[in-house]
Amino acid sequence: MKFTKEHEWVKDQGDGTAFVGITAYAADALGDVVFVEVPEAGKTLTKGDAFAVVESVKAASDVYAPVDGEVIEGNGELGNAPETVNAVPEAGGWFAKIKLTNPSQLDALMDREAYEAYLATL
Amino acid sequence: MTDVALKSTPLEDRHVALSARMVPFAGYNMPVQYEGVMAEHKWTRAEAGLFDVSHMGQARLSGTDAVNTLEALTPTDFAALKPGKQKYSLLLNEAGGILDDWMVSRPQTEGFFLVVNAACKDQDFAIIADNLKGDTTFDILADRALLALQGPRAREVMAQVCPAACDMYFMDCGTFEILGETAFVSRSGYTGEDGFEISFPAARAAELWDLLLTFPQVKPIGLGARDSLRLEAGMPLYGHEMDETYGVVESGLSFGMSKSRLERGDIRGIERIRAERDNPQRTRVALRVLEGPPARDGAKILNTEGEAIGIVTSGVPSPTLGYSIAMGYVPATQSAPGTQLKLEVRGKPYACEVVTIPFVPNSYYRKPKA
Repeated sequence: MKFTKEHEWVKDQGDGTAFVGITAYAADALGDVVFVEVPEAGKTLTKGDAFAVVESVKAASDVYAPVDGEVIEGNGELGNAPETVNAVPEAGGWFAKIKLTNPSQLDALMDREAYEAYLATL
Repeated sequence: MTDVALKSTPLEDRHVALSARMVPFAGYNMPVQYEGVMAEHKWTRAEAGLFDVSHMGQARLSGTDAVNTLEALTPTDFAALKPGKQKYSLLLNEAGGILDDWMVSRPQTEGFFLVVNAACKDQDFAIIADNLKGDTTFDILADRALLALQGPRAREVMAQVCPAACDMYFMDCGTFEILGETAFVSRSGYTGEDGFEISFPAARAAELWDLLLTFPQVKPIGLGARDSLRLEAGMPLYGHEMDETYGVVESGLSFGMSKSRLERGDIRGIERIRAERDNPQRTRVALRVLEGPPARDGAKILNTEGEAIGIVTSGVPSPTLGYSIAMGYVPATQSAPGTQLKLEVRGKPYACEVVTIPFVPNSYYRKPKA
């Protein structure tokens, strides 16, 4: 699993696809998630662009694409159960399954150790 | 980038010790949440929540002409306000636009006690100081903290801390002794629940805060839940549901205006008040979101044909109701409860319906009808 400074994660499936979501740190900072807007299949993602929205009682927050890709599937389960993002942010609370269109971008992201070191500086 | 120095309330170190998430609000370093907005909101509706609202402005007006000073700036009949009572009022500009909303207490015959919004207090106090009538004396009470204890179990706690205050009904006020100090207490708040607001000397506010938190019914509540609670109660927030561009009637705040003052016609901006009453254009409404995401401040309100007809001024996913709610302005012709409208969020329309205010019924401790 790789991480961004904006607290998104990418899990490379090794077959040209990956899952993306937000980290436990991000989910905790947002508080209780009450609504999630995930992208539709076919949407083109460009690294750094907002591709999903997560809403807590207090505010709506954009979720940024950690890498380039094309959406294979948005996590429809989050529509009925947005609290999944708080419960299992780095597993069942994934936002989208994507096809990696520029896999070399993964190399520039942080691994877990580097991400945790980064969190310690915040 | 220049950092503007944030002001502190007398309880700032308590919030930090409780690991609150602190944010800048109206120039103050304030707690937005402790354990989480949702949990704090639900706690306040079920138990008792303790709020530090010391950032708000407090002032006292005294003298035989204090009534005249207040009436020149507001649409409220303060001569008719009985000692021991509190009244919601509005600071108006010359044209009848709303500059702020106030809670005005009259603990005794002599003197009025004001609580004003933090973001407006410098403006409000300058206006008051420039418009003092006759023998009115005006004192800004910068050395007092303000605590709010809100929720169905607030009374049980006050019965231990200040039993005499429990004899008050909703919108009563009085002067009491707590921890040997003089406290101005009112039976009111900003949540729709029974509760108390306590003005207390800043120097000893932390002791009162700590004392109230020793009760298992009481948890500290941040500004995040304060906002979602007031929204469920249908209460307006300055800078959202009202500002200088809104008038008294269209904003649904006529309860801050006295019939006697309207009849006398001696209110700032009386022409605007009459025009809004006789020929309503836009009006504040409560909206229940029927599908899709929460609609927040600035979202467009559309008619069923998709034409923009108004704007959302506040919105939140309601922790009590389990669906999203909003307040905003629409043409008076489309403000009847049951009217079907749409809300535009991130470019897409979602169905909503006009409903009655409040969203969540209030549970004030009212004087029984004789």
